[in-house]
Amino acid sequence: MTDEPKTSRRAFLAGTAAAGAGLVATAATAQTPDPLITEVQEWASVFGDPVDATPYGMPIEFESHVVRRNVEWLTESTASSINFTPIHALEGTITPQGCAFERHHSGAITLSKQDYRLMINGLVDKPLVFTFEDLLRFPRQISIAFCECAANGGMEWGGAQLEGCQFTQGMIHNMEYTGVMLRDLLAEAGVKPEGKWVYVEGADASSNGRSIPLEKALDDVMVAFFANGEALRKEHGYPVRLVVPGWEGNMWVKWLRRISVYDQAVESREETSKYTDLMPDGRARKWTWVLDAKSVITQPSPQAPIRHGAGPLVITGLAWSGNGKITRVDISTDGGNSWTPARITGEARSKALTRFHYDMTWDGSEMFIMSRAVDETGYVQPTKQALREIRGVNNVYHNNGIQVWWVRADGEVENVEIA
Amino acid sequence: TPAVAEPLGLGRPALPEEIAAWDTTVLPDGTGLPEGSGDVLTGEEVFAENCASCHGEFAEGLDSWPVLAGGNGSLTDPRPVKTIGSYWPHLSTVYDYVHRSMPFGQAQTLSVDDTYAITAFLLYSNGLVEDDFTLTRENFASIALPNATGFYADDRDQTEYPVFSVEPCMADCRSAPPEVTKRAVELNVTPKDEDGKPAGTLPPLTLAAETGAT
Repeated sequence: MTDEPKTSRRAFLAGTAAAGAGLVATAATAQTPDPLITEVQEWASVFGDPVDATPYGMPIEFESHVVRRNVEWLTESTASSINFTPIHALEGTITPQGCAFERHHSGAITLSKQDYRLMINGLVDKPLVFTFEDLLRFPRQISIAFCECAANGGMEWGGAQLEGCQFTQGMIHNMEYTGVMLRDLLAEAGVKPEGKWVYVEGADASSNGRSIPLEKALDDVMVAFFANGEALRKEHGYPVRLVVPGWEGNMWVKWLRRISVYDQAVESREETSKYTDLMPDGRARKWTWVLDAKSVITQPSPQAPIRHGAGPLVITGLAWSGNGKITRVDISTDGGNSWTPARITGEARSKALTRFHYDMTWDGSEMFIMSRAVDETGYVQPTKQALREIRGVNNVYHNNGIQVWWVRADGEVENVEIA
Repeated sequence: TPAVAEPLGLGRPALPEEIAAWDTTVLPDGTGLPEGSGDVLTGEEVFAENCASCHGEFAEGLDSWPVLAGGNGSLTDPRPVKTIGSYWPHLSTVYDYVHRSMPFGQAQTLSVDDTYAITAFLLYSNGLVEDDFTLTRENFASIALPNATGFYADDRDQTEYPVFSVEPCMADCRSAPPEVTKRAVELNVTPKDEDGKPAGTLPPLTLAAETGAT
């Protein structure tokens, strides 16, 4: 798959612009007319594809580098594994579903709306079973939220390891969800006063059961059917998943089949063995649900080198916080010696990806570029070193440390740590 | 707590058989455990048949499959070995997770007694019971795992948020120029495109760069 774009690009350029050799790159200072302009191109004369060619489209072939990628050595089985969103190539804030990352513990299952059942049981007045048709009759809500894996950047706790923000920050996606509020479903069953926790599990073999305190369950947790305008993708939980704004992705249970109310946390495998964060004294934090303020410069980055030379340069990136809205993103080009606020482009929504831009003039010398997010609580994204001073290097999860890119004079970009 | 909506009368009552089929969850205090039992020697046989091809005959883990026993006292080591014996807090999680989600690729094929027996065997593999031990619903809660007190609830609001919620330095923040201490390229473990660049690197848009690519 990786060599398809090159082949097709070459064919494209060879077929249409052969006469323009050397001119495309230097169009601004061309001494001779550009044949892409002076000669009638095929697409300006004959038909393109008809409207019945593509009932459901995929991106144009030249964008075939914008795909999910996995890193084989990270896990022992691809059925319980992770892949990465190509955030180095995306703009704005909405993640295209087709390249939004996946994390399964026993693979992406196929579950039809006909076969779908949702049970509510435990400390409720009336244990219930819903069909998918039932769920479509509850009042709907819309919410935009980021889903970040608790392990996003986890491989970087010990040092700079992977080359590209797709790999170091790409266990994330951000979608517009439509569904029903969990509190409305719980109201249908009637939570008993002794009910303090909600346990949610999926229909897949792994089940991915997690405990959520009732306060959060009654606040902004959604049972979602639609993402970015259409049904959830199979790999994202079709036909029903949980959306838990601001909280670690593991709790966004997919193929949701049961919601049970208990007086205590279940302390399931996914909140004891996993998603607990080992600290330097050998004890571990549990229930580290919220994802703290974080950011990354998506371009330039190791997969997005600067090839246009010195002059105007767009620095673009993403910031997000599970504790509310992003209020500011600072940029440094000198390894953190000086910082300048970037522009927030578009809206800074609570618990959602937020785009920032910083327009600068690059003089062609090397830079250490960094971004630093600030959220509405006043929390400032820490350096990796500041986090390690508190947590050590075996936390595994919740690495929101500042990312440093080393921009070389040739425009290549490296993932580094600096002292 | 927000106001709870009025019920709409949607859904239908869940039947006891349905709840029993889907709610197999076991809580730390033993709530949810079914009637049954299993001993270490039976567990060893069931484990050999269903589990040892990945987790090893002694639950020590084969290749890179998860290690289920060992690692005791390693939690402050540079590379901790986190197993049921060294790390997990509750035996309930072992029963619950094995019963519902193992064997990997063939989950929910173990009987209640099989699961008690495997759980007994895992206790034995971790040096926590003798080889004649029988685990039952009745004695289940008397078993405490070594790391039962090894966890505490998220305390970032005490230990981190106050530290990081201060107005940050904006100018003259460094005392010395930055010095590179770690480079990912030196590890060279990232998937690569044909030209050796990190997989998914944006294609060059200049003809010169295009020609230069393989």
